[in-house]
Amino acid sequence: MEEETTFWHEFSKGFILENPLMVLMVGLCSSLAISNRLENGIFMGVSATFVLVFSNVIISAIRKWTPDQIRIPIFIVVIASFVTIVDLSLKAYFPPVYERLGVWIPLIVVNCIILARAEGYAYTSTVKNALADGLGMGAGYTCVLLIMGFIRETLGTGKIVLFDKTLFNIAPPYNPPAIFILFPGAFLTFACLMALLNRYKMRKTDE
Amino acid sequence: MNEAYRYFLIFLGALLIYNILLIRFIALCPLIGVSTQVETSIGMAMSVLFVMTMSTTASWLAWNYILKPLHIGEFLYIPVFILIIASLVQFTEMFIKKASPPLYRAMGIYLPLITTNCAVLAAATEAVKPGFLKLNVAYNFSLPEALVYTIGVALGFGLVLILFACIRERLETSPVPHAFKGAPIAFIIAALLSLAFMGFANLLGV
Repeated sequence: MEEETTFWHEFSKGFILENPLMVLMVGLCSSLAISNRLENGIFMGVSATFVLVFSNVIISAIRKWTPDQIRIPIFIVVIASFVTIVDLSLKAYFPPVYERLGVWIPLIVVNCIILARAEGYAYTSTVKNALADGLGMGAGYTCVLLIMGFIRETLGTGKIVLFDKTLFNIAPPYNPPAIFILFPGAFLTFACLMALLNRYKMRKTDE
Repeated sequence: MNEAYRYFLIFLGALLIYNILLIRFIALCPLIGVSTQVETSIGMAMSVLFVMTMSTTASWLAWNYILKPLHIGEFLYIPVFILIIASLVQFTEMFIKKASPPLYRAMGIYLPLITTNCAVLAAATEAVKPGFLKLNVAYNFSLPEALVYTIGVALGFGLVLILFACIRERLETSPVPHAFKGAPIAFIIAALLSLAFMGFANLLGV
């Protein structure tokens, strides 16, 4: 019973308490760059979660045989192998998505979330906790990506297109400002989301 | 196209039109994390210029003389480049420490941070696989072109970092809505700067 609660605890902290994007503020670059469409958010979230979970598990499994001095290069090699798997799989099965995500897939290697979790968490914890942590962090990351993608695609184009199907379209009466799917829109949306979270936290502390 | 003009376009494209921070969103963590003071920003910008130029040269050589002839580039380029960058950073750190202690003190703390700076990996990747690059000038950079491109990227990084730091220093004393204090207002500034940089789009038809 107790083991289950810790698993759940490690998993859930990635959502709000230690959300990698909103609270820890790591791995911002990729999330801002690709969140102009909901679909990109799904693919990027799944790719990053895959890398995060597997690198966390492997690093935690080999932590007893990893010499302290060269642990960073070892982490990077482990992470880079999984990123290569994602890179080649996306290229083979989803070429249009690969084209759109572009340089962001290889850049998952240097995504600070993954190295930060490897160094700060997986290296000192059991395999099971590392798995929960990877899943939770990945889910938290994906969540923010989906929210950002949803807001930006809706405001910027007036519709949501998912896997070549239009989910809804509010375009005719609404004249979408393209700025939201362009670069400044990413910064604006993210700033407003963070301000909202700050406000929510201030309310909590006031009460 | 005229040779010199092409170099100029590559440089300008990397510096302003496809500015790595504001238009392409690469390396935002140092933008938010380091840019609180002008002095530290200058240190960071210098170190990035230095490491980026060296790592791109090394990656270009590795790609064109080792990975490509052996046909292993497609699936080995990520680990190879990241290892090149990590070891170069380590090597540079040791070299500077011996050769010039004052310089080491000036950029000491930034050097290890650069390993995880995505801008360095992005520049190295794009110098050999310009397919990612939206610039419509030369594909398959030659070594001088790759170098010009990298220097443009690094200077663009430094330019924005220092601009941003200047604004943030002023921001310290300005009245900001409570919920926007700290990081959110920095992102709003970034949005405005990015809007300004979009004005460079289509400059000279690049």
